[in-house]
Amino acid sequence: MSETTQAPQGRVLPVTDLSLVVLVGASGSGKSTFARRHFKPTEVISSDFCRGLVSDDENDQSATRDAFDVLHYIAGKRLAAGRCTVVDATSVQQDARRQLIDLAKRYDVLPIAIVLDVPEEVCAERNAARTDRADMPRRVIQRHIRELRRSVRQLEREGFRKVHVLRGVEDVENATVVTEKRFNDLTHLTGPFDIVGDIHGCASELETLLGKLGYVDGAHPDGRTAVFVGDLVDRGPDSPGVLRRVMSMVKSGNALCVPGNHENKYGRYLKGRKVQHTHGLAETIEQMEGESEEFRAEVREFIDGLVSHYVLDGGRLVVCHAGLPEKYHGRTSGRVRSHALYGDTTGETDEFGLPVRYPWAEDYRGRAAVVYGHTPVPEATWLNNTICLDTGAVFGGKLTALRWPERELVDVPAEKVWYEPARPLRSEAPGGHDGRPLDLADVHGRRVVETRHQGRVSIREENAAAALEVMSRFAVDPRLLPYLPPTMAPTATSHIEGYLEHPAEAFAQYAQDGVERVVCEEKHMGSRAVALVCRDAEAARKRFGVDGPTGSLNTRTGRPFFDDESVTETILERVRAAAGEAGLWDDLETDWLLLDAELMPWSLKASGLLRSQYAAVGAASGAAFPGALAALEGAAARGVDVSDLLARQRERASDAAAFTEAYRRYCWTTDGLDGVRLAPFQILAVQGRSLAALPHDEQLALLDRLVEHDGSGLLQTTRRLYVDTGDPESVRAGVDWWLEMTGRGGEGMVVKPLGAVVRSGEGRLVQPGIKCRGREYLRIIYGPEYTRPDNLDRLRKRFLNHKRSLAIREYALGLEALDRLAEGEPLWRVHEAVFGVLALESEPVDPRL
Amino acid sequence: MFLTITTTGTPERPATDLGYLLHKHPEKSQAFSTSYGKAHVLYPEADAERCAAALLLEVDAVALVRRGKGKGRGGAPDAALAQYVNDRPYAASSLLAVALSAVFSSAMRGVCNARPERAAQPLPLRIEVPALPARGGPELVRRLFEPLGWAVTAEPVPLDVRFPEWGDSRYVRLVLESEALTLAEALRHLYVLLPVLDDAKHYWVSSDEVDKLLRAGEGWLPDHPEQKLITSRYLSRRWSLTREAMERLELVRLAEADDSEVEDIDNAVEAESEVEEKPTPLAVQRRDAIIAALKASGAARVLDLGCGQGQLVQALLKDPAFTEIVGVDVSMRALTIAGRRLKLDRMGERQASRVKLFQGSLAYTDNRLKGYDAAVLSEVIEHLDLPRLPALEYAVFGSARPRTVLVTTPNVEYNVRWESLPAGHVRHGDHRFEWTRDEFRAWATAVAERHGYGVQFVPVGPDDPEVGPPTQMAIFEMNTADMNTGTQNNLNDEKKEAKAA
Repeated sequence: MSETTQAPQGRVLPVTDLSLVVLVGASGSGKSTFARRHFKPTEVISSDFCRGLVSDDENDQSATRDAFDVLHYIAGKRLAAGRCTVVDATSVQQDARRQLIDLAKRYDVLPIAIVLDVPEEVCAERNAARTDRADMPRRVIQRHIRELRRSVRQLEREGFRKVHVLRGVEDVENATVVTEKRFNDLTHLTGPFDIVGDIHGCASELETLLGKLGYVDGAHPDGRTAVFVGDLVDRGPDSPGVLRRVMSMVKSGNALCVPGNHENKYGRYLKGRKVQHTHGLAETIEQMEGESEEFRAEVREFIDGLVSHYVLDGGRLVVCHAGLPEKYHGRTSGRVRSHALYGDTTGETDEFGLPVRYPWAEDYRGRAAVVYGHTPVPEATWLNNTICLDTGAVFGGKLTALRWPERELVDVPAEKVWYEPARPLRSEAPGGHDGRPLDLADVHGRRVVETRHQGRVSIREENAAAALEVMSRFAVDPRLLPYLPPTMAPTATSHIEGYLEHPAEAFAQYAQDGVERVVCEEKHMGSRAVALVCRDAEAARKRFGVDGPTGSLNTRTGRPFFDDESVTETILERVRAAAGEAGLWDDLETDWLLLDAELMPWSLKASGLLRSQYAAVGAASGAAFPGALAALEGAAARGVDVSDLLARQRERASDAAAFTEAYRRYCWTTDGLDGVRLAPFQILAVQGRSLAALPHDEQLALLDRLVEHDGSGLLQTTRRLYVDTGDPESVRAGVDWWLEMTGRGGEGMVVKPLGAVVRSGEGRLVQPGIKCRGREYLRIIYGPEYTRPDNLDRLRKRFLNHKRSLAIREYALGLEALDRLAEGEPLWRVHEAVFGVLALESEPVDPRL
Repeated sequence: MFLTITTTGTPERPATDLGYLLHKHPEKSQAFSTSYGKAHVLYPEADAERCAAALLLEVDAVALVRRGKGKGRGGAPDAALAQYVNDRPYAASSLLAVALSAVFSSAMRGVCNARPERAAQPLPLRIEVPALPARGGPELVRRLFEPLGWAVTAEPVPLDVRFPEWGDSRYVRLVLESEALTLAEALRHLYVLLPVLDDAKHYWVSSDEVDKLLRAGEGWLPDHPEQKLITSRYLSRRWSLTREAMERLELVRLAEADDSEVEDIDNAVEAESEVEEKPTPLAVQRRDAIIAALKASGAARVLDLGCGQGQLVQALLKDPAFTEIVGVDVSMRALTIAGRRLKLDRMGERQASRVKLFQGSLAYTDNRLKGYDAAVLSEVIEHLDLPRLPALEYAVFGSARPRTVLVTTPNVEYNVRWESLPAGHVRHGDHRFEWTRDEFRAWATAVAERHGYGVQFVPVGPDDPEVGPPTQMAIFEMNTADMNTGTQNNLNDEKKEAKAA
């Protein structure tokens, strides 16, 4: 860009949409008015305003330094967020502008200068008209104008990428600003795309691949667009052929192309620069010798016009040669281009003399998929939403393309080893195999997790802190922890005499939510367990990246159930055997199952709590009552009137005895694994699919097969009854079933919508399950004497809304974890949702609900 | 919630005088309101030969939970589940002690206008407490009551006769007998010692406990051989009250979600350790060895990873050679205690600028830990499950990459030299493993190899010729060739290109 030339009427000033616009002009030159006219008020930061912020006086020159600190800070935040920013300060001094140029560079945006060169008299007149500036000395304006005139010529040299100079009041008044998109911003193109990896002169493989992708003579009948990630040339047999094909496709609008480091170097060669003819450049030069001068000129022009990277498909896709961290997406600066072309090297070299690259993709947390090449790898694999498509075609590997948005890989093998690699192809994708941990920044502090089903779920800092402690000290490896179960809300409080919870309320609530058919599932008397069962150690290694364990068996806070890994493995082995017998691996086309289950007996895990809490209450009451009752009876025998007190104490004694009976039902002695039962009630996910939305009758049918084929006696079925919430007869049957079950000492039941993931008429998620706990079981929760009428009355004033909201939020996070797992999203994304469930579990809510 | 006081008498000195001494008529059943429910006094026996007074406290369990305590969100009481189902209504806890002092306040002071001479005299007494919570068991009960002149019968109550393998509960059936004490003395003993024996988890103790203790302990507490234990337990209840109330309940909730006891999870800091104790000689030796190694490495900016209660941070602060000291721990409780120990809130600005404490986890990489001269992992690795150790290894040696790393861990071979440690036991309940010297060396050498460090081993504590030192320390120094691993962006293109594949 050169200084825009004078136009008679209405100058048009192009401004790049993401840039730092610096207005340059003396005090009173009309910068603020100009800014107001051409930019949004929030885009403009004025030094006067910042002076006011820090000193309560917009003209307090002693506050200038602090004011500019604030100005730079705000501008930095805006630029980091990718927002065009206009600085309204005189900026007539080079030093002031240098700071702004540095700021633009730091955030990789273009600095643009708009100079308002207005005569001194006009400035002075305007200032005089303003009360706050009326006494500004004339010499200040004179100095401004002197400095401005001196500056104008050197603005481009200072680093401004566009310079617009407006001379005189009229020029300023008539100018219009037009926004230009950045060259790399192709977000409006939605493809579909076929992104092709490094070709390196393998023209024949390219033609085969294009054919396989469905292109006919460089065009796709369905209007797809090819995108080349660069490194078209060098090393291979026919770089000119590749260039010819790609250039013609780009020219006809059937393809896009970003430059690779090899084109870049060849381009410099073509411009006559001195470059080393290494790494296969010699071959290109030689092959191009046979081409016409005209073609070489076309190639030079083509390479010269390549844009370092493209942002495509509404910002969901970024294509570049060597990968790009998120903060560089859509940015324009030397270092962005350099990263896009060469990646980020650590400065070291490996044993083959090749540069060691910084594994930027490992740190990548962006939402846009980054598709790139540059580093030859044996297989293209996704890592943190990035994928390298250089599968070493020229080294005898294959040429790979990625279909977008399908995310399908298409490849053709190399016809031969065209060039010997300097080092063997190896995967640099870190994966989990060497135990590389996730990053704290993905879980720590206050966070918001985006969920498909419930929008944004926020996690408070103190809850994340507690979850971090438990996750770090007690939980299993995050790779083996793809899910944690959500909490569940109880049924609305019952007003039926003698009951705090009763299924009638649960049926009514679902009827009200528009759920017609529900399943009542027996609530097992154990501990919640999540079991990840892989078909074998190889499947566990392949899908979950762990060497050794074939799965995991965790509590609801992610702790392993058994300290002894071999016990866990024995249980997994039994489930695995049942799944094999039942044919589930084949029917579900999976190598692993994620099961939601209940592990029994409760005393297996909760023995500490049982002893210190429940049995203790039983022991204390058992020891205290005989003496107390005897004392009362003695007093009564003496004629002292204690009849009320005695009756009350007898009731209390019998309540306490009922309590002891209640907890005893959850305890039985186990010896090793003898006596241990696992009751699965949902298959949460299998390879590539979340089954959370599979209707419960289908779920239970699958699980019945699993239990049926268990020869070890470990697995236990979940009894169930289907109820139509609108049919009084059916509802009555449901209530009777519950009464019968809890009457025999059962814990209760969970009522679930048959359709599993269901939304109400208004579109909100309905509770995935409502628990109806048995009358006797609730003694363990609310205390031995909760059934006394006056106690029940008080306990009925319980508040369920927070618990319900918590249940829905945790459920949404759980579903999210499963969806992310199914879609093969990076581990940190799955872990983020799982960690969220654990954090929410520490929210304050009545623990008895 | 129940106890009886029985005395015997003669026609001249009838047992029914007990009614005068207690200020409660033997022919009536009287009820008194106390803050925790209704207290009843009645007499199952009352004649000249034998008179028994029973104190029965009807604890209102539901109201107990509802009182005090701020409301949580959604109107739910913000409390731990443990509060809802507990032994308060049945056991002779501190609630009973409070009721005792309320109902028998005059008797406790020895005031009796009707029978002043009897109030001042010893009388035959038998006190029965059928369900006394006794942390420390029958043994401690005897140690507390016997020096006061009581003949003590304390039988443990089994937890559940159905499950004999669970063993005894923390309750004992207590019978105290004496002919040498006045009723007032007996009541004051109970008033102080019931809460002392009770478990420490309370939420309802008033704040003027010191005065009450001094008053009730007058005449017997100063000479009691267990005076220290009595005082500290009696008053520590108050401390734990504030702790429970003020500190965060998040971990409690996570423990409950998992049907575990909070002590199993929030155990990064040992229960008794807040009391400033003299550190063990080994801890001092370890700290000295670490500081010596740090000085030798020339480190100025130091990470204490797993800083616990901040003892090492505190020691490092005393040496100006350490310009920045960062204590990191995953336990919020540990950090809170470390902050208190360091008096961070009262520290001068210059001093405070040298020290930082924050929550972090070595199960995750953490950018805040990059760029330090040295990191100390003192008695940390053994608190991790072995399968999680590779994560720690990568977080420290692969990601944070300080020049020097010090790792100390117990040498399990030495355990046979600890007299107090039963064979085959680890030294701390939360130790997930303890290594022999060979095991530690193998691990450390492999880690050094993988991450470009050199490693040497230093014994800490007496180096036993047979089993080695109690603590083993590995000093990792980054190989000089690997020092230059910072990202270099400014290589010129030509150079990069030359190297690019």
